[in-house]
Amino acid sequence: MNFSNLINSFPELTITGLTQGAIYALVALGYTLVYGVLRLINFAHSEVYMIGTFVALWTWSAFGFDVNTARPSLPAAIGLIAAAVLVAAVVCGLVAMLVEVTAYRPLRARNAPPLAFLITAIGASFVLSEFVGAFTNRRQLGVPAMLPTAPIFSIGSWSVTPIQLSTIVVALVMLIGLDTFVRKTRFGRGIRAVAQDQNTAALMGVNKNRVILLVFLLGGLMAGVAAVFADMKIGNTRFNVGFLLGLKAFAAAVLGGIGNLRGAALGGVLLGLVENYASGLFGTAFGNFTAFVVLILLLMFRPTGLLGESLGRARA
Amino acid sequence: MTVRDRWRSFWQGVSRRWDNMPTWGRIALMVAFLVFLYALPNRGFYEYLGIPLGSDYFPFYTTRNDMAAVLFQCAYIILLALGLNIVVGYAGLLDLGFFGFFAVGAYTVATLTSPESKVITEYNWLESPLPWLVVMPIAIALSLLAGVLLGLPVLRLRGDYLAIVTLGFAEMIRIVAQQNEWIFNGDRGIPNIPHPPGSVGGEPFFGFEFKEYYWLVLTVIILMVFLIRNMYHSRVGRAWVAIREDEDAAEIMGVNTYKFKIWAFCMGAGIGGLSGALWASQASFINASTFRLESSILVLSAVLLGGAGNIGGAILGGFLVIYIPEWLRSIGDVFGLPETVSVGGQDYDVSATSLRYFFFGIILIVVMIFRPQGLWPNRQRARELRDREKEAMVGA
Repeated sequence: MNFSNLINSFPELTITGLTQGAIYALVALGYTLVYGVLRLINFAHSEVYMIGTFVALWTWSAFGFDVNTARPSLPAAIGLIAAAVLVAAVVCGLVAMLVEVTAYRPLRARNAPPLAFLITAIGASFVLSEFVGAFTNRRQLGVPAMLPTAPIFSIGSWSVTPIQLSTIVVALVMLIGLDTFVRKTRFGRGIRAVAQDQNTAALMGVNKNRVILLVFLLGGLMAGVAAVFADMKIGNTRFNVGFLLGLKAFAAAVLGGIGNLRGAALGGVLLGLVENYASGLFGTAFGNFTAFVVLILLLMFRPTGLLGESLGRARA
Repeated sequence: MTVRDRWRSFWQGVSRRWDNMPTWGRIALMVAFLVFLYALPNRGFYEYLGIPLGSDYFPFYTTRNDMAAVLFQCAYIILLALGLNIVVGYAGLLDLGFFGFFAVGAYTVATLTSPESKVITEYNWLESPLPWLVVMPIAIALSLLAGVLLGLPVLRLRGDYLAIVTLGFAEMIRIVAQQNEWIFNGDRGIPNIPHPPGSVGGEPFFGFEFKEYYWLVLTVIILMVFLIRNMYHSRVGRAWVAIREDEDAAEIMGVNTYKFKIWAFCMGAGIGGLSGALWASQASFINASTFRLESSILVLSAVLLGGAGNIGGAILGGFLVIYIPEWLRSIGDVFGLPETVSVGGQDYDVSATSLRYFFFGIILIVVMIFRPQGLWPNRQRARELRDREKEAMVGA
């Protein structure tokens, strides 16, 4: 127990917690969307995120930036990040759709029991992570420096670096965008309809498989965006980075109420904060530990998460 | 007739013949199979059959790893799968952190029997290490207790929430084990865990060879199969199946679902802990990085690949998840596949050894698409699933 450390570095822990939470929230959206529609834990989603971290790296190296090059000027850096976000999001979306078509759709056509989906999900995540592992020789790759590390502004002891600011802002924009998309557009209505009752929605003329494909695409897009900012925050990546992050993002989705978009966002931010405060209080190793303790305690008293499960019930 | 139908009718024929066989015939076949299993790791067994060993290849022998070592690994995963089969297959509770109980069993044996564990050297809770035979029941009891302690709060949850909580439990155990300053000594681990007692002709029976441990675990598995079979056919087993099929209906029919779910949880945990204890006494050294979360996933895929709810299926699955990757390692040697491929001046390791989990993943997907009920499912359950398949919406 180290209360003075917690109090002294409270601002710093809060800001890093919010940044980490924003990344969790973006990945958690992918879990929650798929769960809301299919009642399926998409285990392969963490590997989709992992592929995103590599795609961002490769995009930057295509522009001639690697670990050893000097940091680009600010406008160039913003352009490069935008390019990486675009490429990573598109590739992640495609990979997520590929997983759905190869691993889940054939099982749905046979009306397989839910646990069979879990196994193909595990299989798909083995395939993706081992493929990237072989392709990168299982090495840890460094991320080129993009944004300056000096704080962009500080008020008292609260200071924010450009990476933290951009992560939080982009995550917020993506969250609001996705929420609006699901609540206001025709496609979003399709998603909500399928989430409520697949077969009835199909009878009403919703193309079920296309909606499900769209859900995977959206989840992949979010994971791709998260991957780029996680790259910049952590500074390196490896073929097995997906597992633990995916686990915590899933925990975040459950924390907020799985199937609920706003819940996933809230859960992600909460998990990021709790984890950082706990590592300030008990030492770094106990960040994850406390995150799970909080999750278990919360589920005991509120078994459907903070905001409840409700992708289908959301009104527009 | 499609291949699938022909395959189905072949297996139906086999199972009908098995059912029609007199009891002594069945027992004789079982005994013969068990003798075969005990003979499997002996080199002499293959030489007797006239199968060349060494650099020469035999389709089922693993060339990169000692066959007895592979069989031992299979055996303790099978034991774990049997335990998890009670939880997932019978009671229908999705447990993603089953390896946590394995860790509890392994660490109990390590801390109480090793002369170098901190319980003796630093904390002085014990004068001297306890004998192996005394610690075994303690290990099982502590894993049972861990099962109850975890079960009490979390078994009120259902389905996927249970999954994430159990996953968190396994991760918490690993984090506690990772602390260097606590009794588990983190990644430095606990060395010198004694082997089981017993000697043959003055030589200790359990040394560093894998064969004897394989026999030990195999014997334990056989005992466990009898235990689990009897439990499945008892009132407890019927209650588990009722809970799996429909929890609300079971509750209305007077089954105390909470109580029986905890029963399933702690029975599974006990078997998992036993497996961990046996594994630790073979390995003789354990540290925190042994208990990665991926192992829980591997055991779960063993149960579901084999066919949840069937003892035979759990055994088959446990065997395959270890054996297929090991066997894939040997494949490269047979066909003389290249170890590395050079693309653009960069060497990539494409040996079957490094890609074995890639192929294993593909096998998992393919098997589940064609046999979603698992390779060897419970008969009753398989029939239900065939009905489900008919119910699948046209064009869905």
